[in-house]
Amino acid sequence: MGGASEEEPRIGVFVCHCGINIGGIVNVPEVVEYAKTIPGVFHAEANLFTCSSDGLSKIKDAIGEYSLNRVVVASCTPRTHEPLFRATCEEAGINKYLFEMANIRDQCSWVHMHEPEKATEKAKDLVRMAVAKALLLKPQEEPEIEVEPSALIIGGGIAGMTAALSLAEQGFKVHIVEKEPEVGGMLRQLYKLFPTEMDASVILSRATDAIKSNGNIEVLTSTIVRDVKGFIGSFDVTIQKEERNTETLRVGTIIVATGAINLEPKGMYGYDEYGNVITQLRLEHLLKAGELRKMGTVVMIQCVGSREERGRTYCSRVCCSEAVKNALMIKEIHPDADVYILHRDLQTYGKEYESLEWRAREKGIKLIRYIPEKPPEVTSKQDGKLAVRVYQVLLGKETKIESDLVVLSTPLIQHEDAKRLSSILKVPLGQDGFFMEAHVKLRPVDFATDGIYVCGTAHGPKNVGESISQALGAASRAAIPMAQRRLRTAAITAEVDENKCVGCGICVELCPYNAIQKDEKGIARVTSAVCKGCGVCGASCPETAITMHNFTNEQLEAQGLAALRRAAI
Amino acid sequence: MTEFEPRIIGFLCNWCSYAGADLAGVSRIQYPPNIHVIRVMCSGRVDPPLILSLLAEGVDGILITGCHIGDCHYISGNLQAKRKFALTKRLAEKAGLEPGRLRLEWISASEGQRFAQLVKEFADQVRALGPSLLSGNKLDPGLLLNMRAAKAAAEDSRLRALVGKEEKLVSEGNVYGEPFTQEDFDKVMAEAVDSEYARHRIRLALLEEPMSVKKLSERLGMDSRRVLGHIVAMRLRGWVDIQEIRGSSPIYRALEVL
Repeated sequence: MGGASEEEPRIGVFVCHCGINIGGIVNVPEVVEYAKTIPGVFHAEANLFTCSSDGLSKIKDAIGEYSLNRVVVASCTPRTHEPLFRATCEEAGINKYLFEMANIRDQCSWVHMHEPEKATEKAKDLVRMAVAKALLLKPQEEPEIEVEPSALIIGGGIAGMTAALSLAEQGFKVHIVEKEPEVGGMLRQLYKLFPTEMDASVILSRATDAIKSNGNIEVLTSTIVRDVKGFIGSFDVTIQKEERNTETLRVGTIIVATGAINLEPKGMYGYDEYGNVITQLRLEHLLKAGELRKMGTVVMIQCVGSREERGRTYCSRVCCSEAVKNALMIKEIHPDADVYILHRDLQTYGKEYESLEWRAREKGIKLIRYIPEKPPEVTSKQDGKLAVRVYQVLLGKETKIESDLVVLSTPLIQHEDAKRLSSILKVPLGQDGFFMEAHVKLRPVDFATDGIYVCGTAHGPKNVGESISQALGAASRAAIPMAQRRLRTAAITAEVDENKCVGCGICVELCPYNAIQKDEKGIARVTSAVCKGCGVCGASCPETAITMHNFTNEQLEAQGLAALRRAAI
Repeated sequence: MTEFEPRIIGFLCNWCSYAGADLAGVSRIQYPPNIHVIRVMCSGRVDPPLILSLLAEGVDGILITGCHIGDCHYISGNLQAKRKFALTKRLAEKAGLEPGRLRLEWISASEGQRFAQLVKEFADQVRALGPSLLSGNKLDPGLLLNMRAAKAAAEDSRLRALVGKEEKLVSEGNVYGEPFTQEDFDKVMAEAVDSEYARHRIRLALLEEPMSVKKLSERLGMDSRRVLGHIVAMRLRGWVDIQEIRGSSPIYRALEVL
């Protein structure tokens, strides 16, 4: 592989017009001419679209023609295009870590559209900063590891069972760990599912039968995950069944499908005081058991404990459709009942659920909008009925509804145990308490930690259909490394200089991934397959013994100095 | 004369803040071109000496941004960023630099608007402070030495070890299992910053020219008993020794190698 660090750096700079996105504001030819004057730059050219196949072949041609050994592309953001350009460098025989990007579109031409001259000057600065870093880049080799073709699925709800089946059918061994004595999760508490009104038990028994009869699936109920060590390809998972002895499983990948629970609305709308104030989940149970007695009026209140200004700010996504579905079911059993849904703005989204809302309107279900500044009030009357007062925005006055039953639509919330799991697995929870994916659009079912994936309501409120789709997504992501059996992990990792390390152990404590351990001599060692390259250890080492590859102090300082035009270059 | 335009460097974490800055671009939200962004994987990676060094080189302002607390891609890296930033700021202030040149904020991937607003605000804030006294052709020599001392103190193992231990100390207590509050820690830290900064400043002064304790205390505007105390500690560390005895007072010199 070319581009050894000892060679004199020969940098090629490719400045992208991005059609008119950059070229319409930044004077690209001027930036190219400027780039040619930067020491270390042996070739600079403009491209209409550097990322087009034409642009990429021009990079490859120039690498050959000018014997370039490092490449800088000034275009869009490395967050989307770095992998493509790196691959191009690799194809032309340059180590892919000898590549650097200058973001002159998203962070320059697009945000300084009315100041073309200043934008051009800034583009030059950004190119100079990228060249300054490129001069100090070193080739990196990506460690290759083996992958155990088996998966652990934490949580045996519909998401976990779906992911398990998908993987098992692809030939991988799967262990499902479920903390309850039975699999099924939230589905066991539900009755009919919107929008098809299919019985939850039908889906449930189909899934449970399938996992139980699949030879590749081992179901471990009343079992919890105690500890996880290792990394993608070989996780050592310690599990414990009913407080008894622990056992260790070796798996290649892990899927988190721990689900969610329903918020108990303590202290809200008289829930703790009046027996006839219940949650939607309780209503599902009454409907399922056929225990809903005949009644005159039912009032449902939406967004109870969700979409708050502080705290649970999120929308729980499923409650609007659930309320409309349950309202329709009440009307079916008791056609004379008056059913009200008090909502902030009914969110029966998507192609099927909107029609559900229209059906509700046709059946005479009354939808009343309230505003969070003046939420409804529920009080008890002497005859045991409830008085619901709601301020109607459109009428500009308060309406009083006498009700036999008040049903509160409360959000799905994270399990208390999630924090423990988050720290065992070294995967983050977001501000709302749900597990957080690596990237909302680019990596929606991956965690930042390689080899661990998320699906279902553990990741946020979802209906059954959405949970199943996401579970299939997580399963296919997990299948990729297991099918390949070997993989390369990122080379942006930390390295300890053993001559400088004094064994203080601060890096060991601070590493969020347990990637650093002390060896028998008391010297810190980084397991590069586990290291995610955050660099906290390097910034914390009292002896400055840790180098954070590809983001070294020297490289960052050179970039900073180049921004000040005070650098040696 | 054209209005002063500050040169600002932004250290943005790859996962939240850099994505937030990209979003400002995708949404075409305009902000002033003063900021030059350096991408880092995590805000917790931003090492205090790096910031102090760029300030010593004359950058007008530095903005560090990371994921919101609780949303860190690396679980807790931003907590480290916060602790490291506190040290950086303490040392910069010790050196006599305006604290308004430094800012740490949390920007999520969805906060393009907030990022643009922040850059605008910070640029205004730094513009109001005027050019760094360490930029341009006429540098403030005293401030430069002070900043170098601050940087050296941030590279030294004592302060680094303290910051590295801070999270654990404050959340779990000390090695004897006794509680250790943030207040307790801040007290220890303030004292450590004070003495480490002073020692590095003394060392830089002695590198320029060997001096007596009396002269050092005049030069640095520091109480002579404190200077003597630091000299004793520095001799033990092998940073200084006595060059000669002039009259009745020893003249100290700095040893090159730390």
